[in-house]
Amino acid sequence: MRKLYMSLSVFVLLALALAACGGAAPAGGNTVTVKETVVVTVEVPAAPAVVAPSGYGETLKAVQARGHLVCGANAQVPGFGYVDSNGNYAGIDVDYCRALAAAVFGDATKVEFRPVTAAERFTALQSGEIDVLSRNTTWSLVRDTELGGNFTATTFYDGQGMMVPVASGMTTLKDLEGGTVCVQTGTTTELNLADVMAAEGVSYTPAVFEDADATFAAYSEGRCDAVTTDKSGLISRRSVLADPAAHIIMDVTMSKEPLGPMVRHGDDQWFDIAQWTVFTLFAGEEFGLTSANVDSKRDSATAPEIRRMLGLEGDLGLKLGLSNDFAYNIIKQVGNYAEIYDRNLGPNTPTYIPRGFNKQYTDGGLLFAPPFR
Amino acid sequence: MQYEQKRETAIPFWRDERILRVLGQVVFVALVVFVATLIYQNMKAGLARQGISLSYAFLKNLSGFDIAETAFPYSRNSAYWQAFLIGLLNTLLVSVVGIIFSTILGVILGVARLSTNFIINRLASFYLEIIRNLSLLVFLIFWYLGVFLKLPRVKEATPWLGDIILTNRGVGIPWGIPTASFPTFRLILFLGLLFALVVFFVLREYGKRTGRAPLTLVWSFLAFLLVALIGWFVLPERPIVADLAFVKGLNLSGGKILSPEFMALTSGLVLYTAAFIGEVVRAGIQSVSKGQIEASRALGLNSFQTLRLVVFPQALRVIIPPLTSQYLNLVKNSSLAIAVGYPDVFYVSNTIQNQTGRAVEMISLVMFTYLVLSLATSALMNWYNQRIKLAER
Repeated sequence: MRKLYMSLSVFVLLALALAACGGAAPAGGNTVTVKETVVVTVEVPAAPAVVAPSGYGETLKAVQARGHLVCGANAQVPGFGYVDSNGNYAGIDVDYCRALAAAVFGDATKVEFRPVTAAERFTALQSGEIDVLSRNTTWSLVRDTELGGNFTATTFYDGQGMMVPVASGMTTLKDLEGGTVCVQTGTTTELNLADVMAAEGVSYTPAVFEDADATFAAYSEGRCDAVTTDKSGLISRRSVLADPAAHIIMDVTMSKEPLGPMVRHGDDQWFDIAQWTVFTLFAGEEFGLTSANVDSKRDSATAPEIRRMLGLEGDLGLKLGLSNDFAYNIIKQVGNYAEIYDRNLGPNTPTYIPRGFNKQYTDGGLLFAPPFR
Repeated sequence: MQYEQKRETAIPFWRDERILRVLGQVVFVALVVFVATLIYQNMKAGLARQGISLSYAFLKNLSGFDIAETAFPYSRNSAYWQAFLIGLLNTLLVSVVGIIFSTILGVILGVARLSTNFIINRLASFYLEIIRNLSLLVFLIFWYLGVFLKLPRVKEATPWLGDIILTNRGVGIPWGIPTASFPTFRLILFLGLLFALVVFFVLREYGKRTGRAPLTLVWSFLAFLLVALIGWFVLPERPIVADLAFVKGLNLSGGKILSPEFMALTSGLVLYTAAFIGEVVRAGIQSVSKGQIEASRALGLNSFQTLRLVVFPQALRVIIPPLTSQYLNLVKNSSLAIAVGYPDVFYVSNTIQNQTGRAVEMISLVMFTYLVLSLATSALMNWYNQRIKLAER
């Protein structure tokens, strides 16, 4: 150990010496010329650097100028963000982006999906690579502050779970004593795992992988005794394992995982647009507006709030900087929350997840859209 | 007055090549500094606009995540810098183990490729041609998913080849546990080392005096081994007892457990780099002119002596510089650990970056680390190169 420190310090000294050499070189006899040269070069106007659009209204302007929305998505979690057998993106996170494109352009197809890994997603958002991050991302304080983003709303209430092979007979976290758990890097899951196992006093070895595919490949090869991620993720990944029936999700919830879309700090208008797109999906279900009936409902609507939302009364859309019929476009082209849910996670899909908390507040769930007025 | 006279005779400075040369350098440095400042300011402005400031203070914060392979005690209550250090030590471990084994295998391959035995020769060529044309990333993933994760599961594991347990949770090998007499034994080993040094210098002097070339290193090693063996049997208690790996609960226990990630990464790196080293060695040996070999044969040296005394010392001079760059490649390629889930410095930094959002800080730290590692490796190799190169008179 001491040897290592010694050699390390030698390396550092070496690097410093090199740096010093580099710095000392220009200090020759010709100091006057140095100054002159510097003055000349500084007068060259600094080219305005390409930075992420931020500041009120900048993002919408940039998106409209580009002609399409760039959405940071997942490509590996069926039901949430996945590339289907036809090469199309599908999932509720993906459909949210389509809804946002419908709100901005009146055209749900004007969206480019950019698959980002768990580890690179926040950097991609910060740097302006993507306009919105909709990739089963958990809302947490650090991400809301230090990571430079704002969560708009929760689109899926989830909790972290643990999946084990049925044959192992394990039912509680205590059974994992001395075992290995597969987990994906750079996630809240990884941190929760350490927290919960420490609290339970269970000693375990983490096997940490870069993406969901690698994590579940290692699990199915038996590299680890269990795999942990959000329960929704476990259900959806179990559906693509070789023998889904051979794996069981333990009856433990290790954490709260509110998942939702996230935008960059610094542009309140874009935040509002992203947020009210979510609320439009919620309200659509609450008011019984679907992609099939929204046309007829629009013609016959008498309830003031529905009329305001669909842009028949008032100028709510204009206040967001959008066209007044943005909500109509969302419902018409993408559908309401229930339609999106049923399409991706409903009983007729291989990734069926009961709605649980993800019901309207009127049905005992947690989905609650503020009033459209 | 003196000054004015001089000025008339001397070339004006804008046509003096010596001054222009210096000026050119100065302008270039100024440009580099200017661009670097511009980029730095730009980055700072961009980060400031998003309310992010550059600082390394977060490294003192609690990490909150666990790491599988740790060189020193580490838990979720340790700091980020400790996590980073663990990653660094893991990188060093893989690099050192990789360099040692790939050198041994590479030399064997290089010599085999020049063998007059048809089958050995063909086999070596076949291996080199296949491996050198593979992508390292694909190769690593093959070793991980295709080999080490396909080993038997823990419950079906049976000891193999003298107590080695192969499972897809890791390879368990016997390891030694020091007993109470170990400190004494360490002292004996030290004495053995001294004895070996004495033998080394005596033999070298003898070689210089007589013009013969005894197998200095072999005899020194035997001397060391002799002392060690005497110590081993003289001590009342064995200084080290074997600790076998065994299956306990869900995992392996006892002995030394090498994780599948570590095994996949090192075997992939070793087998891959060895192929390149094999070519370097072959080229080095072939660079020694045929006349040298014929001359040594004419002097009555047998083929082993020819190789050891004539060919190898000359080949080494050609081998070392490209070998250095292969070592550097190995160190840098070890960052592919991320593909097989081995917690090296790049992987751990990636995790830290993601949990803290400190992308610029972590990337700069990782870049600096690899720079230092590479510079240190090449400094070491350059020092060795200086030592063995032809003494010019």
